[in-house]
Parts: sequence; structure tokens; C-alpha cells
Amino acid sequence: MARNGGVAWMRTTEKIDGYDLSTSDTEEVHVLAVDDSLVDRKVIERLLRISSCKVTAVDSGRRALQYLGLDEEIQKKETNGFDPFFYCDFQGLKVDLIITDYCMPGMTGYELLKKVKESSAFREIPVVIMSSENVIARIDRCLEEGAEDFIVKPVKLSDVKRIIDYTTTELREGELREGARAKRRGINKRKQREGDDDLSSSPPSTLSSSTSSSPSSSIQSATAPSSPSTLDSPTRRLKMTSSE
Amino acid sequence: MELVQIQRSLVDYTKSLFMEGFLDAQFLQLQQLQDDSNPDFVFEVVSLFFEDSEKLLNELIIALDQPNVDFKKIDSHVHQLKGSSSSIGAQRVKNACIAFRNYCDVQNIEGCLTCLQQVKQECYLVKNKFETLFRLEQQIMASGGSVPTIELGF
Repeated sequence: MARNGGVAWMRTTEKIDGYDLSTSDTEEVHVLAVDDSLVDRKVIERLLRISSCKVTAVDSGRRALQYLGLDEEIQKKETNGFDPFFYCDFQGLKVDLIITDYCMPGMTGYELLKKVKESSAFREIPVVIMSSENVIARIDRCLEEGAEDFIVKPVKLSDVKRIIDYTTTELREGELREGARAKRRGINKRKQREGDDDLSSSPPSTLSSSTSSSPSSSIQSATAPSSPSTLDSPTRRLKMTSSE
Repeated sequence: MELVQIQRSLVDYTKSLFMEGFLDAQFLQLQQLQDDSNPDFVFEVVSLFFEDSEKLLNELIIALDQPNVDFKKIDSHVHQLKGSSSSIGAQRVKNACIAFRNYCDVQNIEGCLTCLQQVKQECYLVKNKFETLFRLEQQIMASGGSVPTIELGF
């Protein structure tokens, strides 16, 4: 496990070409793409970038978990005093969507899906499965486990655009709900200072939410950077100390 | 040769590759992903494919040469090759891989060996086709022209 081999398998494109940007920075979807095939990784990365996404492409389920900070093996090693510096760069931007191949050596896309959905911190992240095999049983199993969608390979631009569209919509709705709540809190505070009676919940003009999800879960899925991270793993703590 | 003639040659040549089944619609998807910010995208992906396929074919030759053939391993390699050929639109390679997997399923060594030859042949053929394609594109670029895009529905 060479130290200098650390980032060879992963590339984060944090900058989108100037004229690709049609949305503001806060609305760009950050996708974690997982595929063991080099050819497919290159194609999916390009498909996502051309759809105005930030992309981090990794070559295995294990690397994906490491990036998310979910890899138990590494957490175990770090609590045993293993050098964390090697791993701290691997955790990066907040992930808005995971798109993964199904058939991979080691950990399959299905197993990755399960691990993500089992995690309290990351289960809200939509996971899309890609597979060259159009097997109903496989598709059903993935959807039952909580996959957002299932794409049959080879992946086309229309597939990616469709997925990014509804991910962006969900994120925006999450932000709207968050913004609306903040507004209500702000309005309430002002009213209290002015000595008015309690404000009944006046719905903000921009909100047209039709979902019935609980407030706490939608806060978690919103992109607001100020929301406190519920992830308090040893890796996160170690990351902060090593950057001093 | 005039620029217009080279451009026409490229269009005709590309169309023939579709007609003869060397390429399918996925190749057009790849072309859509190429633009001024990524002018060599197709070339890069296709090159990656041939690097990848060469490694896989070598593995297959070795695997089929073993006293106890590991069909699972062979199937895994062919599955990979099928996947990447499908991703670049190399239809005949993909189809040859499908046939290869069928022989793996029934553990027929002779069938597998024949299929291996076929897959190798298809890779070789489509590689030559791509080389001609890229050469025509380069000639067009060198003459200051732009590469014409192929529309579906011919």
C-alpha cells in the first residue's frame, strides 16, 4: 500500500469549464461515480460533467466508502494509531448523488448501495445503479434496497440528464424548505421583539412543496453548508487535527 | 484533395461502418460528448478501450491455455470486454463477446477458443477502422476545416 499511490485512482473535478456553468455554485450536483472499468469511468465522468455536475470518479465500492468516510477498515486502523494523513485527502466534498456499476470485483454496486442505505449519515443520498444486464430480479432487488433508479448500460446522455434533473429538483426543494423554515424563524424572532402575538405559520410565497417528509430528514439532505455534520467518526476528528 | 472531398469521405466512411455493423448508436453518443473543450474525447476513449482490450485478450489467451480452465475467470474477462466495447459502440466486438460467454456458460473449451479468435479478429478490424477514421479527421483539422457530424436516420 504505497503512500504515493494514494490519489492515482481518484480524480475530483471541482472546476467546471467556464462556459458550462448555467447554474450557480450552490446548485451544482456533486456526483460520486463508481465503476471498475476505466473506459466506463471516463465516459460517465464526461456525461456528468457535460450535464454540469461536479464529479468524483472512483474504481471500487471500497474507494467510494473511503471517500464518504464510511470505510470501517480505515476507521479501525486509525483508532489503532495508523497514520491518518494518507487518508485525510480522500474525504472531500459533500456528495449529492452516487452512481455505481453493479458488477464490480470485491464489493458489488448492490453491496455499496446497502452500506450507504444502512448509514445514518448517508442514507439520504440517492443511489443509482448501472448494469449491462437487464435482469428484472436484479433491478427489483436494487429498488427494494432503496436505489433511486436503475440504468441499463451503455449509459446515454438522456439517462444522465434525467437523473440529474430530478436530483436537482429534490435538492432545490430541500433548500426551499430549509429557506422557508429559516424565514419563519426569522419572522418569528422579529415579531417577538416587536411584542406581537405568536405568528401562526404563514406559508412563504415560494414554497410549493408536496412532500410529507419530516423536517429533520430534509435538513440532512439539503445542501446548506452551515448545517452541522452528524458524522462524528474518528476519521473526521483526525482529519481536523492533522490539518493544523 | 479538397477539404470538402475529405469531409464527404469521412461522412461516407462513418456511414459504412454503421452499415457494416462495426459501430452502433452508442458511438454517436460518444461523439456528442466531444466539443471544443474536449476535442479529443472520442480518440481518448477509443484508445483506452484498445489498451484495455489488449490486456484482457492476453489474459484470456493465458487462461484458456491452463490445464484446468477457470471458466468463471474467463467469463469475468469477457464480461469486461463486452462492457467496454458496448460503451464505445463497437458492436461486432460486443456481439463476439456475447457468443464467447455462451460457450463459457456450457464450459465448451473448443467453442471458447474459436470465440477468442473471433473477438481478437473483431478488435483488430475495428481498430483499423478507427485508425482510418481518425486519420481522415486529422486531415480535415489540418486543412482548417471542422469535422462534420453524422445524423441518425440515414
